[in-house]
Amino acid sequence: MSTLEIKNLHASVETPEGTKQILKGVDLTINSGETHAIMGPNGSGKSTLAYSIAGHPKYQITEGEVLLDGENVLEMSVDERAKAGLFLAMQYPVEVPGVSVSNFLRTAKTALDGEAPKLRTWVKDVKVSMENLRMDPSFAERNVNEGFSGGEKKRHEILQMELLQPKIAILDETDSGLDVDALRIVSEGVNRVAENTGLGVMLITHYTRILNYIKPDYVHVFVNGRVAEQGGPELAERLEAEGYDRFLVDA
Amino acid sequence: MTTTDHSQATADAAHSHGVVIPEGSRGERFTSFDVDAFEMPGPRDEEYRFSALRDLAPVLDQAEAPADGASVDVTAPEGVTVGSLAIGEGPRGTVLVPEDRIAAIASAGSVDALHVKVPANTQVAEPIRIAVTGHATSRSHIVLEAGQFAEATVILEHRGTGAHAGNVEVVTADGAQLKVVSIQQWDDDAVHAGTHHARVGRDATYKHVAVSLGGKAVRLAVTAEYEGTGGSAELLGLYYSDSGQHLEHRTFIDHNAPKCHSNVAYKGALAGKTARSVWIGDVLIRAEAEGTDTYELNRNLVLTDGARADSVPNLEIETGEIEGAGHASATGRFDDEQMFYLRSRGIPEDKARKLVVRGFFADLIHQIGVPEVEEGLMREIDLELEHFEDELVEDEA
Ligand SMILES: Nc1ncnc2c1ncn2[C@@H]1O[C@H](COP(=O)(O)OP(=O)(O)OP(=O)(O)O)[C@@H](O)[C@H]1O
Ligand SMILES: [Mg+2]
Repeated sequence: MSTLEIKNLHASVETPEGTKQILKGVDLTINSGETHAIMGPNGSGKSTLAYSIAGHPKYQITEGEVLLDGENVLEMSVDERAKAGLFLAMQYPVEVPGVSVSNFLRTAKTALDGEAPKLRTWVKDVKVSMENLRMDPSFAERNVNEGFSGGEKKRHEILQMELLQPKIAILDETDSGLDVDALRIVSEGVNRVAENTGLGVMLITHYTRILNYIKPDYVHVFVNGRVAEQGGPELAERLEAEGYDRFLVDA
Repeated sequence: MTTTDHSQATADAAHSHGVVIPEGSRGERFTSFDVDAFEMPGPRDEEYRFSALRDLAPVLDQAEAPADGASVDVTAPEGVTVGSLAIGEGPRGTVLVPEDRIAAIASAGSVDALHVKVPANTQVAEPIRIAVTGHATSRSHIVLEAGQFAEATVILEHRGTGAHAGNVEVVTADGAQLKVVSIQQWDDDAVHAGTHHARVGRDATYKHVAVSLGGKAVRLAVTAEYEGTGGSAELLGLYYSDSGQHLEHRTFIDHNAPKCHSNVAYKGALAGKTARSVWIGDVLIRAEAEGTDTYELNRNLVLTDGARADSVPNLEIETGEIEGAGHASATGRFDDEQMFYLRSRGIPEDKARKLVVRGFFADLIHQIGVPEVEEGLMREIDLELEHFEDELVEDEA
């Protein structure tokens, strides 16, 4: 059982025009086994929240706390956060030329576990997970994200999540750029991992479409750098019908 | 004439230059065996303005070098003949006629040139090894000859200290396939100026690989020209420059025959405030070189602030009847996004840096085609990166 607590989180970014405050006091708690949908309009700061938790150097935390099982996440380096059990599936996964997917996965697994995985079981795990996500075996020998389509990049993110087994995963618009088939395959992947490992999920999305496949326990409306309203799955249905206008007027 | 100068540098530490059409054709350089025919170069000379001229002083000085300034040891598999050639004794001097003072000094200073010959129709699987070990100031001239349809690989390794002026003259006959790997793994205080000049026979395949890792100042001029149609020349290079190192590579492909192919690919990484690298890539497609296909590329990865990479492709085309002529030159900063991505998967910083730098060099290393060199290089790059933290500390001091 793990808990990620985000308390009064403020974050800013340096721009040529000066410091820009993006997160303005985020409060959110995610427990193992829970799925929280974070929904909000473009530019509201959803990715900034995800990056801030993962420790991207571009974002300065100016106030607030992030705790994983009581440990101060903000004091950890990026890789220490991953070792503590956090995982970020990125909205725009990065290409790493010259580094094969299989080498990348094995290196990450070894770093997280502190020892190399047993070769035979590892090869099998990778194979099974790739099959589940309908990824051609040839992807293992391709360079990380290089020349991957948008949908392939997202599957690759979920592949990593399945193999690296985090405690809490933040999925930043994993649904964007996916056609219906891919959306179903990726959603099944998330549900499978959640079921097998009791993963806690922060599901950042723009649309309610993915919520037909991944059922959220909680829905948070994210506007202008903070959570504007929260509720159960019914809130998503309201958003579907009404859009974000009501919140934007308030903001 | 189009020239791009430093003021148009693309990135903070990057000095990429657009294609430069040199004043006076690259093919019309003065050549001579007479050292005195070449003036002592100054910092304004086009040929030396990117060079570590002060460090090169000992290789520009024609005072006689001590006889034991360097040792040259050859290990050749059966079937290869090893001998020597006096000044003026062919094929010595038929391909490499000095174009600059350093090459003239290396030639004049080497009374006996090492001559390694792979006879016609001989395939040697094991590499031929030539080890140059420097002790003081030294000169050398090496002639590598591949007969008709001969196939061989030569690994030329430079180690030790001192100041070395070294010529390598390569003659490949029709249909020969020759690979020459020149490894510069000198001590920190060593200076090396090398001229490697090859003539590629009809339908012959020549591959030259420069690997420059160790040494205070290394300046390699690597040239290929053709004897007839159908020749192929590939010039590859890999360098890693730390603080206090100046690694310079000047490639020249002289397309002087029709239907020949060339490919130049050099990649370098730089770490440390005073790390320097220079790549000058000249390609000349002469009027008679119809059907030429050529491509040249230089990429630099700047790992820390302050390091500086100069990259200058020069393309001179005298005929419109060509298959293709392209170039690419780019100098980029180390990518923080790649580091973040890898680290967010739990990979620690030093390991992530190794992955990214290995990845940067990977495609080039795979083109070398000499397995033991490929494997050794991945290890060497990892070792270079082991000092990465030291480079930063040194810069602080
Ligand atoms: N590095 C940066 N420099 C300048 N502005 C930034 C930077 N990063 C984020 N921003 C700004 O902060 C705001 C929030 O961006 P963020 O990417 O977090 O939004 P988002 O909610 O994820 O949007 P989307 O739905 O489009 O993905 C935007 O106005 C964005 O332009
Ligand atoms: Mg976003």
